[in-house]
Amino acid sequence: MDLILPDFGLLFWTALVFCCLLFVLTKFIWKPILSAVNAREQKITEALELADKTRAEMQALQAENDKILKEARAERDNILKEAKEAGNTMIEAAKSKSKLEADKIVEAARLSINSEKAAAMEELKNHIATLSLEIAEKVVRGELASDDKQKALADKFANDINLN
Amino acid sequence: MRSNLFKIVALVIVTMLNFSYSFAENEEVKKEKEFNVGEMIMHHIKDAHEWHLFGPEHGGTSIYLPVILIDNGLKVFSSSNFYHGAKDSVLDATSKEYIYFNKGKGAAKDYALCHEKIYKLEEGKLHFKEGHPHNAKPLDFSITKNVLSLFMGTFLTLIILLSVVRFYKKNGAVAPKGVAKFLEPIIVMVRDDIAKANIDHHKYQKYVPYLLTIFFFIWFNNMLGLIPFLPGGANLTGNITVTFFLALCTLIVTVFSGNKNYWGHIFWMPGVPVPMKFFMMPIELIGIITKPFALMIRLFANITAGHIIVLALISIIFINKNVAWGGLSVPMALFISVLELLVAFLQAFLFAMLSSLFIGAAVEEAHH
Repeated sequence: MDLILPDFGLLFWTALVFCCLLFVLTKFIWKPILSAVNAREQKITEALELADKTRAEMQALQAENDKILKEARAERDNILKEAKEAGNTMIEAAKSKSKLEADKIVEAARLSINSEKAAAMEELKNHIATLSLEIAEKVVRGELASDDKQKALADKFANDINLN
Repeated sequence: MRSNLFKIVALVIVTMLNFSYSFAENEEVKKEKEFNVGEMIMHHIKDAHEWHLFGPEHGGTSIYLPVILIDNGLKVFSSSNFYHGAKDSVLDATSKEYIYFNKGKGAAKDYALCHEKIYKLEEGKLHFKEGHPHNAKPLDFSITKNVLSLFMGTFLTLIILLSVVRFYKKNGAVAPKGVAKFLEPIIVMVRDDIAKANIDHHKYQKYVPYLLTIFFFIWFNNMLGLIPFLPGGANLTGNITVTFFLALCTLIVTVFSGNKNYWGHIFWMPGVPVPMKFFMMPIELIGIITKPFALMIRLFANITAGHIIVLALISIIFINKNVAWGGLSVPMALFISVLELLVAFLQAFLFAMLSSLFIGAAVEEAHH
């Protein structure tokens, strides 16, 4: 029976010890532990929020980077295209210009050759004329050495004139 | 530094407890003591004024605990004055069995110890009525086995929890390590799953320290009771006085937390016809008491039952007087002991959970 009857002495000690324990634990244990745990939970929540925010920022930044990169690429393509075009036109211009120049040079050369040739011909003609005169003089001198010969020559000339 | 502290504490305990040996001095008493399982188990699960360590029940090695009586002034003496006093017995007329008791000697000469209760002797005699002495009892504030167990359990709780709090003081809000790592989830569980889940969100914080204290007090003392030798072994949380006090605390907290809505539901139940309101009132009033009463009985019965089962299983060896029975009883006792570890936690959890539920019902605001 005394198994299920409260004992006054034990009740007194239990009450005393439990109340002291409740006080000591509340003041020196639960408060610091719970505040530390709460502080940490707060810290973790904040850190998670910050991470989310940072991730969103990173994504925005990435998107922006992608956009900039795309733009840059487009611009580069543009510049390349323009440069190519400019190069082509320059080459074309240079080509036509050089052709013109070459033509001019060729023409000048042709003209100069022609004039040189003409001059040379003239000189040659003069020379030939002089030589012909000298030859003719010698021939005439030979032809005119005798009367027969003079007569034959005069005949020949006369024939030649007729032929001409 | 710390080892010195332990030495001092140990010295104080040893001197206070009057550690001594005693040897069987009375052939007659020894002969009477055939092994009786029921008696042994009942002796264990009840409180005592000595802490029996080993050897036969009478004449083995025990720590004699101090007896503190208030009877015409404060009287303090060692319980060895009873256990080494004159042993006497009376034949009970109804059950035809001998009732044994010890008459005190020395400082305890005016008292007798019968079934671990102290009675005042009347002209050197105990008077029995229906198998129980009906002599007057002095106010007994003795440091009994359970009281000592209570002190040790509290000391242990403080040591363990102080190491946890020291960690947080030193490291601040970082991930826990060591004991803190083990206990923090439990503390958080009590806060979130026990307090926050049952008590209004704006009010629960006030009750968290109480629920934590009651949880850890019950849990640690339950586990201490499972250790079969000195720091543990007492049936503290399986003692009706202790569970009565814990349930009383929950009752007091509930009653003093009760708001208008709570008392309204008790005295004038809303939403039922008027005759029913009168009918419900006494039921609800009794309900205030029955809820903590159930808490008291549940903890008492669970822990006491666990101690009884383990002891009964171990007793198989001694009933059959053959060590080979250990092959059966030891694995079974081990199984039950492991189960009791779970029960130790579960009962602490249930006590805190139901306390929280009752407090939650008391502080709940009306919602329609």
